[in-house]
Amino acid sequence: MKKIEAIIRKTKFEDVKDALLEVGIEFFSFWDVRGMGQTRQGRIYRGVAYDTSIIERTLLEIIVRDKNVEKTVLAVMKSGRTGDIGDGKIFVSNIEESYRIRTGEFGDESLYVKGKEE
Amino acid sequence: MILDTTITLGALADNAKELAMSIDTVWVLIAGVLVFFMQTGFAFVEAGFTRSKNTVNILYKNLMDFSIGSIAFYLIGFAIMFGPDHGGFIGSVSIFNSDLWSGGIPEEAYLFFQTVFCATAATIVSGAMAERTEFKSYLVYSVLISVIIYPISGHWAWGGGWLSQMATPFHDFAGSSVVHMVGGMIALTGALALGPRLGKYKGKKSMAIPGHNMPYAVLGVFVLWVGWFGFNPGSQIAAAGTANALAISHIFMTTNLAAAAGACTALIVSWLIYGKPSLAFALNGVLAGLVGITAGCDVVSNGGALLIGIICGVVLVFAVNFIDQKLHIDDPVGAVSVHGLCGALGTLLVGFFAQDGGLFYGGGSALLVTQVIGVVSIAAWALGCGFILFKILKSTIGLRVSKRVEEEGLDIYEHGEQAYE
Repeated sequence: MKKIEAIIRKTKFEDVKDALLEVGIEFFSFWDVRGMGQTRQGRIYRGVAYDTSIIERTLLEIIVRDKNVEKTVLAVMKSGRTGDIGDGKIFVSNIEESYRIRTGEFGDESLYVKGKEE
Repeated sequence: MILDTTITLGALADNAKELAMSIDTVWVLIAGVLVFFMQTGFAFVEAGFTRSKNTVNILYKNLMDFSIGSIAFYLIGFAIMFGPDHGGFIGSVSIFNSDLWSGGIPEEAYLFFQTVFCATAATIVSGAMAERTEFKSYLVYSVLISVIIYPISGHWAWGGGWLSQMATPFHDFAGSSVVHMVGGMIALTGALALGPRLGKYKGKKSMAIPGHNMPYAVLGVFVLWVGWFGFNPGSQIAAAGTANALAISHIFMTTNLAAAAGACTALIVSWLIYGKPSLAFALNGVLAGLVGITAGCDVVSNGGALLIGIICGVVLVFAVNFIDQKLHIDDPVGAVSVHGLCGALGTLLVGFFAQDGGLFYGGGSALLVTQVIGVVSIAAWALGCGFILFKILKSTIGLRVSKRVEEEGLDIYEHGEQAYE
């Protein structure tokens, strides 16, 4: 099992969400994050110009079975890309164990709905 | 030395007249401030019903509507609207000079009062055009509505123009048509010229783009409700004397009852149709009732006011639904339904509910016919002007912001400022 963390543009969230649903990935969490990177945005406050080095993005956390890693990463990359600096990053790491709270299933079984997917 | 303490009756009478005039003036000025306060209401309603990334922009537009409108109407608009009539169509085209209007109260008090009315019409449009309009284009529109569009149709009805000269004069007491329908119809042309917000319509489906702050929206509506107690009774332009006191008291009641009826009706109708009572619809319902009663607040009975509020509340819910889901016209705050449609409706209903001359009171159809003529002509004027104006803006300085700007939010790109950190 792998965890895929994707930091994407806030404006791209709908596209990425749709792309994930299309390849069959239905479970993930997401939240608003602020971070630093190469993007610079100009601001003016009462005549004083300043640069925000702090930018806002959305971070998705998707836990998938090993066999789904490639298609998930590709889906996010394709739908989240604009070509401009600041598109974001994807990180893949290992998950040791996973449980579904309602039923007690663990391992690969807890990551999908039996009968809906193979 | 003999002190001359004789007071003649003539002097007493003059004194009384002057006092009466002062009372009238003070009332008009206070009412004018209440109408000015409605700008706050509009600002908060529009901010509440739109997204936080565009809040600075919508507030700024509301601020500039009033600021630009005040100056433009003072310089040119007032003369056109209330100056000496030319052919029933227009007043006098001139940069402001005094002695354009004479009535009971000082001209400047009347000018202030009319300025805030003009600004009300102007600010209605920013709601329908929210979240995607270029700031500079909006400023140009703001000048033109205050200088040309609003004053000319206003002249027809209030400035001595042809609608007021008809055999049965057109009756729009505080401006359901002159102010609200004009604003609502221009809002419609603006929304059409702009097109819907990105992601609003997917195929046949209308996507919800929820507002970001319901407390703001409620605050805004309450403030508008308060302000309307200046909008309607203030249009009496008098308060002194028994007749006037009775009149404005009655107008306070009709105004309040229509608003309350609008809220209750929108509540019930939206509950029945959508299964849950919707705060957003109830808020729009209040405004629908207020807009609807504005034309006839002085001549309808309290019962009539309730009925007008109910009718406008019902029409509102169906209108919002129809415009959004069937016509696919994106109106973020419902300005077209609330101000455009209910403004027209309220004016027409005067032909039915006016206690003196209305169809339901045995007055025949003369008044109703005049109301129809007035509504149709003012609506056509507003639609035509709006259509031409936005077409020209679209092909010259541009009307809509670019896709990237709209996605990321107008605040960052148009203003370099954010509403919230």
